[in-house]
Amino acid sequence: MTTPKVISRTATSSELDADYKWGFTIDIESDLAPKGLSEDIVRLISAKKEEPEWLLEWRIKAFRHWVKLKQQAPTWANVEHPPIDYQDIYYYAAPKSDGPKSLDEVDPEILAAFDKLGIPLQERESLAGVAVDAVLDSASVATTYKETLEKHGVIFCPISEAVRDHPDLVQKYLGSVVPYGDNFYATLNSAVFSDGSFVYIPKGVRCPIELMTYFRINQADSGQFERTLIIAEEGAYVSYLEGCTAPARKTHQLHAAVVELVALDDSEIKYSTLQNWFPGDKDGNGGVYNFVTKRGIARKNSKISWTQVETGSAITWKYPSVVLDGENSVGEFYSVALVNNHQQADTGTKMIHKGKNSRSTIVAKGISAGEGNATYRGLVKVLPSADGAKNFTQCDSLLVGDKCGAHTVPYIEVKNPTAQMEHEASTSKVSDDQLFYCQQRGMSVEDAHFMIINGFCRGIFQELPFEFAMEASQLLKVSLEGAVG
Amino acid sequence: MTTVAKGAKPLLAIKGLTATAGDLEILKGIDLEVYKGEVHAIMGPNGSGKSTLANVLAGRPDYTVTGGEVLFEGHDILQLDPEIRARMGVFLAFQYPLELPGVRAWQFLKAGVDAKRIHNGEEEMSAREFDQMLKAKVDQVQIDPDLVKRAVNEGFSGGEKKRNEILQMAVLEPKLALLDETDSGLDIDALRIVSDGVNLLRSSENAVILVTHYQRILNYITPNHVHVLYDGRIVQSGGPELAHELEEKGYDWIKDAVETDV
Repeated sequence: MTTPKVISRTATSSELDADYKWGFTIDIESDLAPKGLSEDIVRLISAKKEEPEWLLEWRIKAFRHWVKLKQQAPTWANVEHPPIDYQDIYYYAAPKSDGPKSLDEVDPEILAAFDKLGIPLQERESLAGVAVDAVLDSASVATTYKETLEKHGVIFCPISEAVRDHPDLVQKYLGSVVPYGDNFYATLNSAVFSDGSFVYIPKGVRCPIELMTYFRINQADSGQFERTLIIAEEGAYVSYLEGCTAPARKTHQLHAAVVELVALDDSEIKYSTLQNWFPGDKDGNGGVYNFVTKRGIARKNSKISWTQVETGSAITWKYPSVVLDGENSVGEFYSVALVNNHQQADTGTKMIHKGKNSRSTIVAKGISAGEGNATYRGLVKVLPSADGAKNFTQCDSLLVGDKCGAHTVPYIEVKNPTAQMEHEASTSKVSDDQLFYCQQRGMSVEDAHFMIINGFCRGIFQELPFEFAMEASQLLKVSLEGAVG
Repeated sequence: MTTVAKGAKPLLAIKGLTATAGDLEILKGIDLEVYKGEVHAIMGPNGSGKSTLANVLAGRPDYTVTGGEVLFEGHDILQLDPEIRARMGVFLAFQYPLELPGVRAWQFLKAGVDAKRIHNGEEEMSAREFDQMLKAKVDQVQIDPDLVKRAVNEGFSGGEKKRNEILQMAVLEPKLALLDETDSGLDIDALRIVSDGVNLLRSSENAVILVTHYQRILNYITPNHVHVLYDGRIVQSGGPELAHELEEKGYDWIKDAVETDV
């Protein structure tokens, strides 16, 4: 078995000059369904994908439930935005050439675009070690490294392909962790999701390479509703990475994804995210509304670990969670959320302890700059069955400047007297003395800020695969531009 | 003791320097010339302005310069940002070194070295070269090698923080080192190690301004010149014997002398 490696694609300094270097649009004729949401659109999406009857029915159930919710999106988060007109959004946009069979069939312009994004799709030597599934708008473009994975029995493909080729697995697990009625955005996603990634690791297999998906919204006014489902069978292991970018647009774009993780007995799933959707301009125009539901279920002796670096989006609303269902199950959440200019983030996690001796760790770092507002919101819930459950939570906020905000909203509900809870929190500011210290050693004010902020995030970056950690650090640097100095 | 060739230009020339902190006038006209190869000790009672002088030279934003000039290698540096002065070769060993949580000491040092090299039109130092250089410096100043793997000053003892300042000085190889009460709070062993470090780094190519309240450190570092700062002015200058005189008579002697003069 080969040692897992990650592709090398560090941004060069010239690339970092741009305000938002990912802000180009790709000119590819989209296959676009009309704007707006109706049962017909749901049927159209399902028909386009030649889905089986059971999936169409599931979508319709979700759609009808969503209609009943009467556009009542949750209002409890510490974010503000004008009401979203759900009839003014495209719900399906696929690149015209549907279903490329191999890399040769992928539109060269798409490949060139991914090159610009720094994602080498071609299976070349520099790619050694990462399988990439690129999702452009709503459709998967290509999945690399298929053969190596097949040898190990690992399935890594677009979810639409999984529906076709592995319907039993999809039917068994889709909606098993995040049911269609879970919340407003998850319901919407269940009705209209068009693609996403599917991962299946067979019993006892340690996935030999990191799996990675890159998501990109390209079409203006289109929503992105990807759905990801990862299943680790007993004793399996997988490390999965996702990256997200979107072009700079004047209008807001909606991204409502659902990610479900199923970690069966003795397995481990490590899920890392670098979220860099377009954050809007300096005055708060445009930017992605990132309303995402992510949850995993951890069976006996299994482990689910979420690591996220959230630097993009106008608004981030997401709480990657773990249901610690089995005995000795472990849940982890490591997060860096950075807001600058007018960005808002309300993010955190939920750790639901059901199993005996289940353990969870939460380390959340929030960085607020410009007029950004960051909120950590988390729930640690210990059910009566969870004897000996343990949680450790640490929430740290760092303020840059004097117009930003940091908020911490931890909920703790304990229904078992043997549980042990620990909670630490801190709020700090980059001090003038620290900056002068760095300057006195030759660093500019910008570099000093960057170094101090990087140091603040170090514990989280250590949880990321090495190359991703480099990228995360660069993302922070770009996202902080204009905030300091 | 190093002798200075007549006619050599001073490394640092301070003329009529005045500075305030808020509304308070602290430096009331400082004149001082420092040549390469020299060690100057600035002594004085608390509140005399000696730390202010060191910090003003380094460009600390807490102070406002209200008059005079400071020439470093002939260039007026008072308008320059602190990082530019640092890259030109001015180093301040802090009285209270700051903690930088999560920032590894070696990373911090490499950023400083590279900033200086780029300023001088050189390439950044390769990781390997830096690693070797750092190892050598760690040996040279006898610091615990683990300290450079830890976050800058985080959880360091007072002595470790001061020793770390000396390591930074060794790595950055300044032309002018300003030691701001580096001896304060050190036990005798730490004081010896810090002093050994300074003596080791002393050369005919650099100069040291050592700000101190106590004569004690001058038992280990022999200065060429000793100046007594009182109420924002240098009121007396002399050789190393002046420090001994101060040790014996205390600062009240200076105070009395100054006030009698007036």
